[in-house]
Order: sequence, then C-alpha cells, then structure tokens
Amino acid sequence: MPEVPIDTGNTAWILISTALVLFMTPGLAFFYGGMVRAKNVLGMLMQNFFAMGILAIIWSFIGFSLAFGNFGDGGWIGNFDFLAMQDVGQTGVVLGKDTWFSAGAGLTLTIPFILFCVYQMTFAIITPALITGATADRMKFRAYVVFISVWLVLVYSPVAHWVFGGGFLAKMGALDFAGGAVVHINAGAAALALCILLGKRKGWPTTSMHPHSLPWTMIGTGILWFGWAGFNAGSALAADGIAAQALFNTFTAASAGMIGWVIVETLKDGKPTTLGAASGAVAGLVAITPCAGFVGGMSGTAIGLIAGAVCFLAISLKTKFGYDDSLDVVGVHLVGGLVGSILLGFFATTKVNVAGFDGLFAGGGADLLIDQVVASLIVLVFSFVVSMVIGKLIDLTIGLRVSEEDEEIGLDLSQHAENAYS
Amino acid sequence: MKLITAIIKPHKLDDVKAALKQAGVVGITVVEVKGFGRQGGHTEVYRGAEYVIDLIPKVKLEVVLDAADADRIAEVIVDAARTGKIGDGKVWISEIDKLIRIRTGERDSDAI
Repeated sequence: MPEVPIDTGNTAWILISTALVLFMTPGLAFFYGGMVRAKNVLGMLMQNFFAMGILAIIWSFIGFSLAFGNFGDGGWIGNFDFLAMQDVGQTGVVLGKDTWFSAGAGLTLTIPFILFCVYQMTFAIITPALITGATADRMKFRAYVVFISVWLVLVYSPVAHWVFGGGFLAKMGALDFAGGAVVHINAGAAALALCILLGKRKGWPTTSMHPHSLPWTMIGTGILWFGWAGFNAGSALAADGIAAQALFNTFTAASAGMIGWVIVETLKDGKPTTLGAASGAVAGLVAITPCAGFVGGMSGTAIGLIAGAVCFLAISLKTKFGYDDSLDVVGVHLVGGLVGSILLGFFATTKVNVAGFDGLFAGGGADLLIDQVVASLIVLVFSFVVSMVIGKLIDLTIGLRVSEEDEEIGLDLSQHAENAYS
Repeated sequence: MKLITAIIKPHKLDDVKAALKQAGVVGITVVEVKGFGRQGGHTEVYRGAEYVIDLIPKVKLEVVLDAADADRIAEVIVDAARTGKIGDGKVWISEIDKLIRIRTGERDSDAI
C-alpha cells in the first residue's frame, strides 16, 4: 500500500472520535440496563462491557483484516493481509489504489492506518452489543459470548467489507456514511433472528416489565447522543466541512427524533414519557447515521422527525407479530436503519458532499433510491439468515436460553452470582 | 388490647398520621406493600402496549392500643384515609394476646 503523510488535524479529531465511539458502548450498557428489571441489570451491563473485552481482541487479530483487507475489490470479503495487525502501521496509506474505488485513486487516509483500525474497532464492538437489547433477561452469558465472537467474523466483517471496504455494495452505488446498514440494519436483523430463536420471556406480553431505573437509561441516552458525534462526524475520517455537516445533521436529527416520537406517543398513549423522549432521540440518531455526511439544509431534521414517528409505531409490531424484542432493538435499530438508508435515496445531494450522489429530491432520479433499497435488503437478509444459523447451532450445542428457574431468579444471580442493589 | 391494621393509599399517609396524633395515638408502624382488592388492579398503556397491573403500591399501618379506643381510632383512620375513589383500602381490628415494652419490660396496657 502506498504510504502518505498524516495530517495532524485529521488525526487529532479521529483520535477523539475513537474515544467518543468507544464511550458509546458503556452508554448503551446503561441505556439498556435501566430498561430491564433490577434482577437483570448486571446481566445487561456485563454483556455490553464484555463485548468491549472479547471483540477488541478478535477484531485486532482477524476482524479488521476480513473487513478492510482487499480494499476496493468490489467483492464479498477481505483477506488476511492484516492478520494479527501485520502491516498496520503509523503512517497514512492509500487503500484500494487502482481498483474501481474513486476511479482508481483509492481511499487516501491522512490518519495513521493503525488509528483507522482502532476507530473501526469501536464500531465493531458496539454493533453486536446492540443485539443485547432484544435478547434481554433470558440469554445464557456463555452463549452470548460465543454468538458475538462468531458473529463478528461471519457477519459484521463481511458486511463492513461490502460497504466500508469498497466491496460489492459500495461498488453498486449504495451509500452509507457511518453505518446505517453495517451497524443498525445488520444488528437489528440479527436481533430479530435471536429473539425469535430465544422465544418470549415468561409473562410476556401481559405482565408489566417496566424499566427499573429510567435515570440510568437517561444517562445512557446522553452518552450515546454525545458519542454519536464521533460515530457520524468521525466517519468523515477528516477534520473538515463534511465532518461539521455530519455533526450538525446528527444533533438536529436526534432532536427531531425526540419530537417526532413524543408527539405520536402523546397522541396515541396520552402522555409524553422520558423513555419515549430517549427512544425518539436514539431513533433519530440511528436514521441519520447513513445520511450524516450526504444531506444538508433541514434534511437531517426531516429525517429525524420521520424516524421518531415511524419507530414509535414500529415498536407495536412485536405485540402484533408475537416476537419478544425486549428493548425494541428491531423497532428502533432495524426500522430506524431502514428508514434512514431509504430516505437517503431521497435527500442525498452532491452539493453537500461531492463524493456522494444526488438523490430523488436533488434531481438524481431513482437510481440511488433503488440502490439503497437493494443494499438494505441484502444486508437484512444476510444478517438475519446467518444469525439464525449461528444461533441455532449454539442452541443445539450449549443452549441459548437460561432455564426457567434462572430466568425467574434473574441473570445477575444465576449467571454472575451477583446482586446489583443490596 | 387490640391491633388496628390499615391498608391505605400512599399519598394519604401524612393525613392519617396527623389525624392519629391529634386523636392521641402515641405510636404507629408503617410499611410499603403492594396488593389489589375487588377491582383487581387496572390496565395501563405504556410504550404502545397494554399491561395488566395487578399489584398496586399501598401503605400498611399498624397501631396497638387499648380495646376501649379501638373503634374510635379505626374511624379516625377511615375518615383521614378516604378519597372516595377506588383503591382507598381497608381497616381491620384484631386481638393482641400480650404486649411488652422492650426498654423497660412493662406489660400490656402499661406498654402502650
């Protein structure tokens, strides 16, 4: 790979973004942790924190290479060029030179390549962690650890390659600025597969299983919102105007998402809730993720508003279809990711980012919209099917779900021999 | 001696305490409980779905007193705790066999 000098401004920003995105996983831990019953809070926290443990090792050893090796091949998977961090150095590099990417110019990283690796690592950590919300209260800890470890290699890395690594979806013309498909549709589809495999919690859906600590959830929401600046604006991989545009879009989409959700919630259920406000903000953030560096004006606000309203309605699907998606990962991340990825086909404009395309409203016709729909469906189906297979294999060997007694006692005591609050 | 037990709405505790003090009651014990009565709880809508809430938070109050005062104090509690809406609670009176004050060893009526 050709080496290029690093730009200190870009490097400083991405160093910070890496820390911001990593912080989102503990944020997610508390966002979900507050929503479960007290007897399961440590179970939830442990799953999310442990993801930070195991996945960092797997990513550095093999995940990064499978995602970003063979950059720009327009294909299905990376390679072993960067296995065990070989050739991942401290200079900037040009990835995918002489491939289809940027008509042969490839992707020039003016940040240390190893920084690119650790930045992407934080995405690889949080994506499987998202699934914990759907499997809450009933998954065996060791089954969870095996699942996310295998999933990182067999699902996340390939999908990351297809979109971020210059693989076939990127070559096809689909856009995904920070991971609407790679992170949210991907994790959302896996969550759906697992919660179907696991089955319903005892007592669901008629017994009320209210959040035991919404203050935790609100702290988690604040951390996620804050960290998302690194998630979206950091995906510009530079400290430039696109990053600034992405930051603006991200924050306004979060705000609009909250408004959209709370309005529909109040009309339908009668009262605006803190949980609704938090969920709405997250829905907006999820939807803007694929769009962040490709849209401008009030588009981010519009996308957030729509996502907030649509995701609120989407969470009723689980009672309608009978799948216990405990903390609405499907309703917020899968649906939110789909909403954002598809709306990108409408709102994208090269006025904001010359490296993007023009969507329907910018006069680009339906080409981008069609690519967005196709790419979203491919990721959805792939993730759902492979997750189902991995989950089933684990179920047949070590078992996915805790025993009825352990579920009654709670994960904290049954899986970890601990009590959160004495 | 008698034991008065009352299940009341949590937000009526202050009114009941004040009324009991004014009626001359010297000591009470209070504990947070959950339960339901004839209406069997209620349904609520949260996050777009309906739930049955059958155990509602209440406060249980206990007072130990002379048999002669039992009926009067029971009425004091009833009047102070009533809101007129569903879920106001219940009061019952039971018999106590023995009463001892721990610090001094006083028995029965002397221990009230």
